[in-house]
Amino acid sequence: MAALRYLPNSDQDRAEMLAACGLASLEQLYSHLPAEALIERPLVLKPGISEYEIVDYFKRRGAECGAGYASFLGAGVYRHYRPVMCDVVVSRGEFLTSYTPYQAEMAQGTLTTIFEFQTMVSQLTGMEVANASMYDGSTAVPEAALMAMRITGRDRCLVARTVHPEYREVLHTQARNARVHVETFGYDTRTGQIGLAELERLIDARTACVIVQSPNFFGSIEDLKAVADLAHKHGALLVDVFTEAVALGLLAPPECADIVVGELQSFAISPSYGGPYAGIIATKEKFIRQIPGRLVGETVDAGGNRAFCLTLSTREQHIRREKATSNICTNQALIALMATVFMSVYGKAGLRELAMQNHSKARYLADGLDRRFTAPFFNEFVVRAKSPEAVNKALLEKKIVGGLALGRFYPELEDSMLLCATEMSAKAAMDTVKEALS
Amino acid sequence: MAATTGKTRPNITQNEKLLFELSTPGKRGYQLPPMDVPEADPAETLGAGNVRDEIRDFPEVSEVEVIRHFTRLSTWNYGIDLGLFPLGSCTMKYNPRVNETVARTEGLAWAHPYQPESLSQGAMEIVATLECMLGEIFGMDAVTLQPAAGAHGEFTGIMMVREYLASKGNPRKKVLAPDSAHGTNPATAIIAGYEVANIRSNERGMIDLESLAAAIDEDVAALMVTNPNTVGVFEQDIAKICGMLHGKGAQVYMDGANMNALVGIARPGDFGIDVMHSNLHKTFSTPHGGGGPGAGAVGVRSHLEPFLPAPRVKLADGRWTWDYARPQSIGRVRAFYGNFGVLVRALAYILAHGGEGLKKATVDALLTANYVRARLEKRFKIAYDAPSMHECVFSDTLQEARGVRTGDVAKRLIDYGFHPYTVSFPLIVHGSMMIEPTETEPKQELDAFCDAMLAIADEIESNPEIVLNAPHNTRTPRVDEVRAARKPKVRWQRE
Ligand SMILES: Cc1ncc(COP(=O)(O)O)c(C=O)c1O
Repeated sequence: MAALRYLPNSDQDRAEMLAACGLASLEQLYSHLPAEALIERPLVLKPGISEYEIVDYFKRRGAECGAGYASFLGAGVYRHYRPVMCDVVVSRGEFLTSYTPYQAEMAQGTLTTIFEFQTMVSQLTGMEVANASMYDGSTAVPEAALMAMRITGRDRCLVARTVHPEYREVLHTQARNARVHVETFGYDTRTGQIGLAELERLIDARTACVIVQSPNFFGSIEDLKAVADLAHKHGALLVDVFTEAVALGLLAPPECADIVVGELQSFAISPSYGGPYAGIIATKEKFIRQIPGRLVGETVDAGGNRAFCLTLSTREQHIRREKATSNICTNQALIALMATVFMSVYGKAGLRELAMQNHSKARYLADGLDRRFTAPFFNEFVVRAKSPEAVNKALLEKKIVGGLALGRFYPELEDSMLLCATEMSAKAAMDTVKEALS
Repeated sequence: MAATTGKTRPNITQNEKLLFELSTPGKRGYQLPPMDVPEADPAETLGAGNVRDEIRDFPEVSEVEVIRHFTRLSTWNYGIDLGLFPLGSCTMKYNPRVNETVARTEGLAWAHPYQPESLSQGAMEIVATLECMLGEIFGMDAVTLQPAAGAHGEFTGIMMVREYLASKGNPRKKVLAPDSAHGTNPATAIIAGYEVANIRSNERGMIDLESLAAAIDEDVAALMVTNPNTVGVFEQDIAKICGMLHGKGAQVYMDGANMNALVGIARPGDFGIDVMHSNLHKTFSTPHGGGGPGAGAVGVRSHLEPFLPAPRVKLADGRWTWDYARPQSIGRVRAFYGNFGVLVRALAYILAHGGEGLKKATVDALLTANYVRARLEKRFKIAYDAPSMHECVFSDTLQEARGVRTGDVAKRLIDYGFHPYTVSFPLIVHGSMMIEPTETEPKQELDAFCDAMLAIADEIESNPEIVLNAPHNTRTPRVDEVRAARKPKVRWQRE
């Protein structure tokens, strides 16, 4: 039987082990289970298959998924080139098949790379503390909200409608616990930025945090300073969300925020139909004890040399149980490593050049199109199209996946689509899109 | 002490600076193609105030330095590819390499979650197929693959319980968890808006039925039970326990972290569980990767099905489609559809085994754990006098008499070339030593591990110092964790 290739013991080995256990048969290993728990029949699953058949099965599934199409979809998931080095490093068994680095003496490799990850995330976001990763950008949002509630002792969270709609849905699910109160505020229909006046009306002494995204879901860059001033005036925190990490190479870092959460998918993490990605949460030093998830800290070993270990675990579930800052345990370590390698390959100059290419391509794509909003954008923007569906259908015939029709998330924007260009968008394909839209 | 044991010899590893210390201005490890469009002027297009200065102290290193840096660091690590990794509760089994290959299949790896369904049929079929197979394995009526890990699955499950009970008029106030529960269980109950009440375990390591009966009242929403539990023992009264909760209108959540003991032998749905998660990065062999990614599949009985996170994959007119019209759903727990790349790997694992192979793997997992127990139990005190399933849990009481604790034995194991077992969990075991070898360990490796444990037991008798000061042979001797927490330094900064 094919599956036996993963089971290393021979029948002779099994017999010897059984004998050492004082057992006469393999069945005796589980015959003590209550009869009502045991399943009498074999599982209804096909027989095991060979490696060759497995590869073939997934090749066929992949062939049903539009390989070879150009794409102008962004909306939280971006097509960027993935340097070869990233897969080379994460494929090393020492990283791939290791566990959470609880045993520091045996895990300095993982611990050192996480320390570097935390450092680079801090440098990019202008924050002082970043954790070892969250599941993804969307789940980092409720974590930030809960963190803000702990810090302020308040229970109301105001979230902009320009935050990724699916991130907001995750926040609303969290709010079903009856302890978090979420309210949404709208956007300026001219600029595509948040409606500051509406926020000003809503914010009050119960507000723990204001959650905005920049560049926001429409691609518009927000005036974070103005939101921060307003939030701070009312004793609330500013939570800034990002979905396009490449923008951090060019845009001013969100230093005025109190908590920054976001998604690093753009850093060499393949779109992979929605995951696995790597979320981040970063904050100011003074809030370090309220941050969720794992943190790696610097220390020394018994020989006096620099070493790293997991630290401040008294925030975490395995020590604090019901008093923990979060229930997160497993995070996205290997994906964070992939992003770490990406950041090392591009480095200071490369990230800026990459961001510049993204911005330049998007400017070219937008040039001459009927943009819906006036605010500056990085590599995504909204355009009007009488029927986004018809435009996309025509493009699909040319092996191009067009933009995201916005009516699905914003009924008032039924005549609009969100377009994204990256360094991988070729001029010829962009010209085809422009033509289809004009 | 001997520098050589059965499995180890000292070897040279290289020192390595941090990336920031390797960095010098002007070095680069990338090259972008020339642009085919005019370059934008960001001061004009974004406004000068929106443009950042350079990213201060961000690394500047060459390609050669990048590969050496991470390769050198990798040699400071240990993984399953290097040997037995007996972390109890974590199921560190072999991660088939073909699963890494198929997760990178072109059409799958580059699939955008918002690309048209007509261009996503293969990916959707993978999700639907895995849901269906896991449903059969769990004995559950429906499965969601949206949660990103076990703890996230717990949150999903308890929120579904909350909405289900709310739909009957009252979400209730409390979640019960045995004192042997993993820390994520009580932490989950709190973020789901419940209070937590702990249930005592009895002298066999199982839930104490009397304490349980006393704790169940109209305020209880659910019991969170791990089965086999965290001492590796099957809860013999599980059907009765479920009956007790159901009798009071409460639900039973099963933490399925230990499903590796049950696949093909027993199904939670059959013994009364309403909702459960399984960590696909444990039982279904997707790599732990130094702490993630994972996936937390959640299975439910039909009465909870309407509350599953949206969207759900379904077949309509012979095509896969995402169904968002789920009015009773708890909503999303994550953007998009879950950790899809992890799901691909888990499906590849199940396809490789088939039904019969999965059961065979389970039986071998029980066998290796019981073999280790048989070889060690004369020298280490087994925590509970009950049959072990896929892991065996010892207490360090015999060693403590000589001043050596579980954490010290763990560090000494490193000298013998093994990753330690799980230390100090579960909390109900005094000086817990939790060993889970898994089915993918050859007998030779198991014997080398048992020999090491027995040699350490001898050392504790003859020379406890050597154990107390371990590890001796690693490139990094004991790390000062107390110091790290005293004045936390969590990023590099230029002096
Ligand atoms: C018994 C038990 N429950 C829950 C968890 C949490 O699972 P995860 O780390 O996948 O979130 C773990 C894993 O560490 C566990 O061992």
